[in-house]
Parts: sequence; C-alpha cells; structure tokens
Amino acid sequence: MPELVQPGSSHPLPAVELDRVSKIFGNFAALREVSLAIPAGSSVVLLGENGAGKSTLMKMVSGLWTPSFGKLRVFGLTPADQRGRIATMGHASMLYDELTGMENLEYFARLYTLEGQPAPRSELQARAAAALRAVALDPANTRRVGEYSQGMRQRASLARVLLTEPDLLLLDEPFSNLDVQSAHAMIDRLLAWVDVPSADGTPRTLMLITHQAELASPLARTTVTLRQGKVATIQHRQEGAHA
Amino acid sequence: MNYADYVLAHFAKELRLEWRARDAINGMLFFTLLVVVVFAMAFDPASYPTITRQISGGLLWVALLFASMNALNQSWARELKNAVLDAHRLAPAPGSALFLGKAFANFFFVTAVEMVLAPVFAVFYNLHPLGQTWLLLIVLPLGTWALVGNGTFFAALSLRTRNRELLLPLILFPISLPALLAMIQATTSILTGEASPNLWIKVLIGYNVIFTTACLLFFDTVLQGE
Repeated sequence: MPELVQPGSSHPLPAVELDRVSKIFGNFAALREVSLAIPAGSSVVLLGENGAGKSTLMKMVSGLWTPSFGKLRVFGLTPADQRGRIATMGHASMLYDELTGMENLEYFARLYTLEGQPAPRSELQARAAAALRAVALDPANTRRVGEYSQGMRQRASLARVLLTEPDLLLLDEPFSNLDVQSAHAMIDRLLAWVDVPSADGTPRTLMLITHQAELASPLARTTVTLRQGKVATIQHRQEGAHA
Repeated sequence: MNYADYVLAHFAKELRLEWRARDAINGMLFFTLLVVVVFAMAFDPASYPTITRQISGGLLWVALLFASMNALNQSWARELKNAVLDAHRLAPAPGSALFLGKAFANFFFVTAVEMVLAPVFAVFYNLHPLGQTWLLLIVLPLGTWALVGNGTFFAALSLRTRNRELLLPLILFPISLPALLAMIQATTSILTGEASPNLWIKVLIGYNVIFTTACLLFFDTVLQGE
C-alpha cells in the first residue's frame, strides 16, 4: 500500500500516487519499489544524497520518464493524461536563449492553453508580463534570455512554470543559482502560490528537490528523504519524524 | 486555441529564432552556391548545353538535399539546448503541431534558398528550359516538401542519439530515394522537354501524402520517447 505522507487532506484524489514504482537503467536501479501518496495541497521537500533517486522520481512524476515497474498516478491518471496540470522546473531553464523573457513566456502561454480555450494575444501578453513582474523581472527588458545572468534565468524559468497555472509544481534545485535575497523572495512567492487553490478549486501541490534544506524549510511541510533509490524517512512538520 | 493556432505559434517562433541566429539559411545558401560554382567550373556547361540540361536537375536537388541536412539538424538542436524539448513534451499542445510548425519553417527556409539559387543556377549553367517552365512552380514546392517533411521527422527521431549529424542522412537518404528520383526526373523533363513530367509529379504528390500522414501520426510517439 502506498504510504500517505500527509494525512487529513480533504481532496479525494492524491496529487501523486506511486505504487511499488521502480526505474531501472541497464543494471542500475535508480528507484526501487517506492510507494508513496502525496495528498493534493501538500508542500513536499525531497532530500537525499546525489544519486538517491530524487531527480528520477521527479522526472517520472512529471511524465518525462515512465516507470520500469509499478504504477504511478497524478490526480488519478497517468502523468501523460495530465499534461498542462503539471509543471516542472529543472536544472535547465527550458527557455530559448535567442528570445527575450517576454517572447518566451508569451510563446509558452500559448502552448499551455488547452485546445478550445480562447487565447487572445492581449490576454497572453498580460499574463506573461504579470508572471515576469512576479519574479522581479521587467517585461519590457529587450535582452535575450541568453544574455541573462544565471539568477535571472532561474527566475524567468519560475515565471514560465507559474504562468502555466499548474495544479502540481515540481522544482529541482530552484535556489541553486540564486543569492539569499532572491531565494527568499522565491520561497515567499511559492508559499503564496501553494496556499491558494487553483481556479477550479483543486488544492495546489508542490514537490521540491533541494540540497539547501534549511533555506527551503518554510516550504517543507513534509520532508521525504530518499536513500539509494528508496524512501528512507518521512517527516511532517507538526507530527515529528517516522521511518 | 485551435490546432492551426498551435502550428502558427511554432512557425512564428521558428522564423524569429532563425532571424536572430541565421544559422540555417546562411549555411544552406553558401553550401548550395559553392556546389553550383564548383560544378560549373568542372563541367564547362556552356559548351555542352544538352548534357547540362540532363544533369542540372539532379545537381540542383542533390545540392539542396545535402544542404538541408544541416538546417534540419539545427532546427532540433535548438530544442535540446536548455532542455526546451522537455517543456514541449509536457505541454498540452499537440505534438504534431510542433512537427508541422517546424516543417513549414524548414520549407520556408529551403524555398528562400531556392529563390536565390534558381537564377544563379540558370546563369551559371546557361539554362533555357525546353519544356513547360511553369511546371517548375509545382515541382519545386512538392520536391522541397518531400525533403523537409521527412527530414524534420527523421531529424527529431535521431535527436537523442550521439551521432545525429551522421544518422540523419543514413536514415533520410534511402527513404527519400523515390522522391529524389521523382523530383530529378520531373525537373529534367521540364528542362529538356523530352518527356512529360506528369507521372513524376503524381509520384511526388503520392509520396508527400503518404509520408506526411505517417509523420503526423507517429510524431507524438517520437517526441515522447525517453
């Protein structure tokens, strides 16, 4: 049975449910029979040493990779069936270097608009500009993303994922290139995001990988530690630790 | 948003990226012009107008085929940089719209090169078509689409391999042989006026319909491959 990491959620379906999920690369098992249920509305920080399987887990939840064995569900369906509800921010910015921040975001706003939904250009531009302003970037900046500093890229990348209004947000080392002030600003932004349900009332869920556990502690309502491809510990902020 | 909006968004983005980087068109243009000049010097086409008419169709298409390899690879290499391809894989927009947007953009780039190349070709090879010249307006777009439609698909297929620059021609050339034969024969027929190009035009149309349909059907599988 999947292990519930945070009991008491009012939402009927877990945001993420892994049932004996494994991921094998050749002879190496990056994840080994991981069972985990993350209720909608959770804010989960994934910790672990390099090679523990954190990024592998994240890539499978996002739908970029499929499990070798086991069953993985996001809001009751496979990640592939939930495209548009899941957003991921990895080590790379997922932005075109040759375009400005505004051009990138307007383009992705279009791609992440569901078929059949209206998408007037003025509305897309307004959404893209608001997303950039929310991460302290100027929408009128004509510099291309390739000319941005690493920190600016990171923030533009966050703007890209928040713009898509996901129900499940996956972040892999989002603070790695940020100074302390920018990192705290990003954490405040994420706290504000996770506490407000999406437009259809679905509680927003956040999964975050970091090696900066102290920095991410405001977001760590639940902390899952992976070790050698398995869940080692699960800690809730109030309930204390259990293995 | 409808399907055409997604295709248009990809197409506009490709044009903008190429306008800023100019790595596809410039490369193709220089390569094809070099081929034209080198072969013109090697064969002395002005002295042998009949032979020139017979080989120039093949020369034109083979030069375009080789030149488009670089552009096709470039168009997908951009998606690998910064892992933008992953953002496409996670987007709810249909994958085939990305394929079509890219294929239309590549079609536009290769056509732009043809627009420059055609007059240069005519001058260097002293060409006076003896057949119905206007049919070139049908053969050129059909042949170009045969190259870029398949090329865009197979460039995506070889994207995650280590030797993608080598793999693309290895896959694409054999599959393009029927189309290449049709476009060369059709062009040669128009230039020499010795035979009707109608059969070869029909072959090209059939080839394009079959392969474009197959590319559209299978592209999402290629895009979502790990």
